Amino acid sequence: MVNVLAVTEQRDGALRKTSREVVWAARQLADAMGGTVDALVLGAAGVEAAGAKLGEVGADRVLVAEDASFVRYSPCGYAGTAAAVAKAGGYGAVLVAATAAGKDLAPRIAARLDAPLATDVSGVRFADGKVTATRPVYAGKAIQQLRFDAPVAVISVRPNTFAPGNAGKAGAVSKVAAVADVRVVVREVKAAEQGKLDVAEASVVVSGGRGLKGPEHFALLENLAQAFGGAAVGASRAVVDAGWRPHAEQVGQTGKTVSPQLYVAVGISGAIQHLAGMRTAKVIVAINRDKDAPIFQVADYGVVGDLFAILPRLTDEIAKAKAG
Amino acid sequence: MKIAVCIKRVPDTETRIRIGGDGASIDEGGVKFIVNPYDEFAIEEALQRKEKAGGGDVVVIALGPDAAQETIRGALAMGADRGVLLKADRLPADALAVAKALAAELKDGAYDLVLFGKMALDDYNHGVGPMVAELLGLPCVTAISKLELDGGKGVAEREIEGGVEVVEFALPAVLTAEKGLNTPRYPALKGIMAAKKKPIETRPAALGEVRVSVTSLGLPPDRKAGRIVGEGPDAVPELVRLLRTEAKVL
Repeated sequence: MVNVLAVTEQRDGALRKTSREVVWAARQLADAMGGTVDALVLGAAGVEAAGAKLGEVGADRVLVAEDASFVRYSPCGYAGTAAAVAKAGGYGAVLVAATAAGKDLAPRIAARLDAPLATDVSGVRFADGKVTATRPVYAGKAIQQLRFDAPVAVISVRPNTFAPGNAGKAGAVSKVAAVADVRVVVREVKAAEQGKLDVAEASVVVSGGRGLKGPEHFALLENLAQAFGGAAVGASRAVVDAGWRPHAEQVGQTGKTVSPQLYVAVGISGAIQHLAGMRTAKVIVAINRDKDAPIFQVADYGVVGDLFAILPRLTDEIAKAKAG
Repeated sequence: MKIAVCIKRVPDTETRIRIGGDGASIDEGGVKFIVNPYDEFAIEEALQRKEKAGGGDVVVIALGPDAAQETIRGALAMGADRGVLLKADRLPADALAVAKALAAELKDGAYDLVLFGKMALDDYNHGVGPMVAELLGLPCVTAISKLELDGGKGVAEREIEGGVEVVEFALPAVLTAEKGLNTPRYPALKGIMAAKKKPIETRPAALGEVRVSVTSLGLPPDRKAGRIVGEGPDAVPELVRLLRTEAKVL
């Protein structure tokens, strides 16, 4: 019997969506190994309440570590606490969501446990007594299968990849000791505009490229994003390099790799490095004036034509569909 | 100021990946290799810090095959002072094994800063930088897009989902660079000439035990061929209908 520890992430005391995904991924792995799932919640006093519903997505137990310094992400404190819990619990795998914090945290936990790491995995299994992981490499141009040969593996799981179901576990909450360590302190979080979604986490992404002809026309994409009821706006490398949009929005090999339910590529021709970053989207729509653009080779649905005529119509129709 | 920059030789981002004969690595035939793009921001940051301090030593360390000497030479041409090649014919998939080799090299170097790119564009790990920091017991901030140093203290910014974290730390520290931290310089001819005379030490990489192995590498499944719904705004109602009834994403 090998048990799994899922390290969750909260912001302002509320668990992030990826936390339910990571617990669900841990549940799948634990079921394969005949083990149980413990979910670790780290936060300031009172964060306990946030962990109460993790039984739904598969936590047998919810371990809560509270410390004033955990109000925001505390790299060394979170790593020290998770490593101490992992050591004491003798888990066979420690799972973290591959978010901005998780990508920072997972390697630290791995180093402290002297355990091997796999980052941003899209699948995790247990076969012939070993934990294995599937992950995209070369920005998704290739898929790698990894096998761990160690008593404990640290794995970060890709956001939007493990859709949580209902596990109906107990999720009994108990406290564990927090190990505060303030050598690195997140002094503040400067919030982006209210309600702005990150391309790596949004279930709908509408991206623009050079076909938009200027930064001012991204308002058309923002309107479309709003019509979807909250989609993230993404951008191609060309427009980020031109300074039209911030790097945080870049989709592709030197930007973010995204796997939304729906990806709408507008005025993006589809360079190899861009396609690599979005080809795992469930559904791809491309709008481009050039019917021979490579983007149409990966798109499920294409519309050829002038995006300046198509976008307002699409925004209207999506808004209607959403309202209906 | 003594700064180490750890860099990696990776295939160019425009490379079309072909799988090698072993089914677990890429076919390197005809592949152009470059310095990992994120590492260029780390190199540039080191050079700017040295220039600002009015002196210092920028050491570039690469772990890889003999061919990584070329990658190091590129960093020397940008202005780094010397290079170290930790020789390993094949890079393991185990980031911790790599981190151990780098930590062993860095441990007694008395560096004020150890810089990395936030990840390598080949294996897409974000692991080695923070692992090295943990192994050395140093503070670490990853994926920084802004950096201010003042005496023994630093403040860095890192992008997170929906915002930017402002992070404080003390030196010596390990930092990993995000795109946008600076604008990497192109080596000038003078730099390229000077780089030829700069020293590169070579020694075997003291890789830790390798406990992650690649059992297979494959191409992603092709997306099934899509279709052009139509032309111009008149195609939009049909597109929305398909998204709702066929793709079921609305």
